[in-house]
Amino acid sequence: MNRVLVRKLSSNVCGTKILRRTCSTDVTHKVSTSGSNESFAKRNPTDDGPQHDIAIVGGGMVGIALAASLASKPLTKHLNVAIIDNNPLLGRKNIIEKGNPPDPRVSTVTPATISFLKATGAWKYIEEQRHAYFDKMQVWDYTGFGYTRYNANDVHQDVLGCVVENKVLQSSQLSCVQESDLQKTIYPARLNAMDMLPSSSLTGLGEVPSTTDLFMRGRLAKLELSDGNSVYAKLVVGADGSKSQVRELAGIKTTGWNYSQNAIICTVEHTFENYTAWQRFLPNGPIALLPIGDKFSNIVWTMDPKEASDRKSMNEDDFIKAVNDALDSGYGPHPETTSSRDSLSWLTGNVTISTKERFETPPRVVKLSSERMMFPLSLRHAKDYVSKRVALVGDSAHTVHPLAGQGVNLGFADACALSKAIAEGIALGTDIGEANLLKRYEAERKPANMAMMAVLDGIQKMYSVDFGPLNALRAAAFHGAHYISPLKKRIISYASGEQALPLFS
Amino acid sequence: MLFSKPMNQLQRLLLSARRVSSSPITPPPSCLLHKRLFSTSDTDASAASLPSSHQTVQTLESKASNKSRNTSSTTSLNQDELAKFSAIADTWWHSEGPFKPLHLMNPTRLAFIRSTLCRHFSKDPSSARPFEGLRFIDVGCGGGLLSEPLARMGATVTGVDAVDKNVKIARLHADMDPVTSTIEYQCTTAEKLVDEGRTFDAVLALEVIEHVANPAEFCKSLSALTIPNGATLLSTINRSMRAYASAIVAAEYILRWLPKGTHQWSSFLTPEEVTMLLQRASIDVKEMAGFVFNPITGRWLLSDDISVNFIAYGTKRSDLGDI
Repeated sequence: MNRVLVRKLSSNVCGTKILRRTCSTDVTHKVSTSGSNESFAKRNPTDDGPQHDIAIVGGGMVGIALAASLASKPLTKHLNVAIIDNNPLLGRKNIIEKGNPPDPRVSTVTPATISFLKATGAWKYIEEQRHAYFDKMQVWDYTGFGYTRYNANDVHQDVLGCVVENKVLQSSQLSCVQESDLQKTIYPARLNAMDMLPSSSLTGLGEVPSTTDLFMRGRLAKLELSDGNSVYAKLVVGADGSKSQVRELAGIKTTGWNYSQNAIICTVEHTFENYTAWQRFLPNGPIALLPIGDKFSNIVWTMDPKEASDRKSMNEDDFIKAVNDALDSGYGPHPETTSSRDSLSWLTGNVTISTKERFETPPRVVKLSSERMMFPLSLRHAKDYVSKRVALVGDSAHTVHPLAGQGVNLGFADACALSKAIAEGIALGTDIGEANLLKRYEAERKPANMAMMAVLDGIQKMYSVDFGPLNALRAAAFHGAHYISPLKKRIISYASGEQALPLFS
Repeated sequence: MLFSKPMNQLQRLLLSARRVSSSPITPPPSCLLHKRLFSTSDTDASAASLPSSHQTVQTLESKASNKSRNTSSTTSLNQDELAKFSAIADTWWHSEGPFKPLHLMNPTRLAFIRSTLCRHFSKDPSSARPFEGLRFIDVGCGGGLLSEPLARMGATVTGVDAVDKNVKIARLHADMDPVTSTIEYQCTTAEKLVDEGRTFDAVLALEVIEHVANPAEFCKSLSALTIPNGATLLSTINRSMRAYASAIVAAEYILRWLPKGTHQWSSFLTPEEVTMLLQRASIDVKEMAGFVFNPITGRWLLSDDISVNFIAYGTKRSDLGDI
């Protein structure tokens, strides 16, 4: 249940001046970040840089997923794509060694995302690496008043999701892209500045206008990179994480707040295989245990910043004891397994398999297998997902709490929707940087993302207060979700990504 | 009578067209020409007063209004009307301006055009530029809303419009993108091009025929511009009660999407009439589809409902006679 960013572009923000771009004037609004790149300012403005159809800034899971999705569609696979990411390892041949313990940065992919990855052709590569399907889930809290168990069979599926390391997700998509016909260029650099001019006529330019001419007439966006190159593109996609450079440079505002919580992630080992996902809500935040495969599991533990730094630095044995406490014996009693009430079957509907399942204690953790990493958590949402010649996907558009493992799944859904919008635009002869096309993408994804964020934020707030009546309400919610089968099916189907909106669909 | 049972609508009207064409030539049963000749509106009255030798001139002048949202215009056209349309001619490409309904409808029309023409020319619909090497003409191109996407799909496009300002706007906008700057725009009419002997693989005249004084002649010109076995696409508004309610009352008076007086209900043509006119011009209508507006999503959809906006796709008979 980890919502972790893989490749955040570290941006140099001292002395940033951000100007709002307006479309109606003829003046170039040049937006650039810190002063460490004076060498740019002196560059000869008539140097032509390479021209691309789409420039994807950020080569993380979602950025590469967009490239892979474009590569897999016949209408878009002839496009010329640039990927800008300053990770030097990006693009190198697959160097994931199989023997190592799993990396703590993992993500849970929902069945909807699995279909998307199968459609792009990346899933076969993922299956060659370590991955863990799980078909059961148990959620409870420290009060011990109730629990909910979910089973994939409730909705007649085989799995509720699959846990995969982030680097596997990224490299398998990249392999797809590299094998395809898509013309791609990887620029191992950071984005420093982005310019876009208003459109004007090309009359007076010869038969084939140069790249710079096209830029000067507003047909292309110009991206200046940290290694001194300039790249031109018709559409710039910001897939560069929650501190998105593209979003800042495009002047797109965000709303949101920081949760006063940090998350610690690590890999742990058990004595036997684990096929269930476990989540227990504690007074300071939930702890989640997710199977990764081969007796390993991933822990995502959300807590106060002070506790987080304590737990990050305490010795391993103490940490393991704390984890077992958190999962099992500490903070409160186990919920009782209540027998299913047949008398209420008229209310609960067709009873699902998981309703009859007993409460189980999660497997004991015996060993810590990786370093502990800590991340601050926040909620952030961009006011607009698109702007002239710019589109945002993934965390740059929305950042959520990891408590339901939805973050990167929303990002993959964004990549899918954007590539679909681009393919439709090309089919109907539209210029891919055009506002209407991009707005269609925004209209598809924004409501769904906002609904999910509202749900997750609501859950987070509900669990952050220890107050008698609220605890009872939560217990009632647990019981309701556990026993009322139609509700449970709806919850599973929404969390699996099969349903885009929690209500009305 | 033919507005019910959308499933059989196309079959019915094709049948009726064939029936009609086999009977002796009579004026169209819908009193179309009758209204055109004797209605009391300015333009139609002046059409009646002109001798028939001026009919062609009439057609030319009326095409002058085609995309500029005028009632059919004549040589005695109200200069205020012309000025009004010249003023909004600049707003062709403003997607929120007076041409917003057309911008919204454009993707839907293009979807139909793309799928029918790909099938007609046996091109791969999943290719990004399926019309490479084909010559298209957009009659009544206005600001080029249709011509540009067709050019991006690979076609060699010629756009003609009788209003000079429209052609200028179209030229300026097309020059903004190297892909569309190859479009040839001319301020002329279909008849003049026929006189020049030009022919095209596909002829498109969308939302034009309801602004033309002599639809029969117009269809003949379109046909003359099409090569044998070429494609002709024509779209217009149906002369039905629903169309009166939506395209005139709702669009012009209630929603104010179009300036009042843009359309004359009497100038609308029913699908049967369109089929028949095209039939007489040696074009067999093969498919028809309707556009339906969903006010909740604000999008146009392709549908079988041809009771308001509809588009017809036909093929020109080869010179060897009836197919």
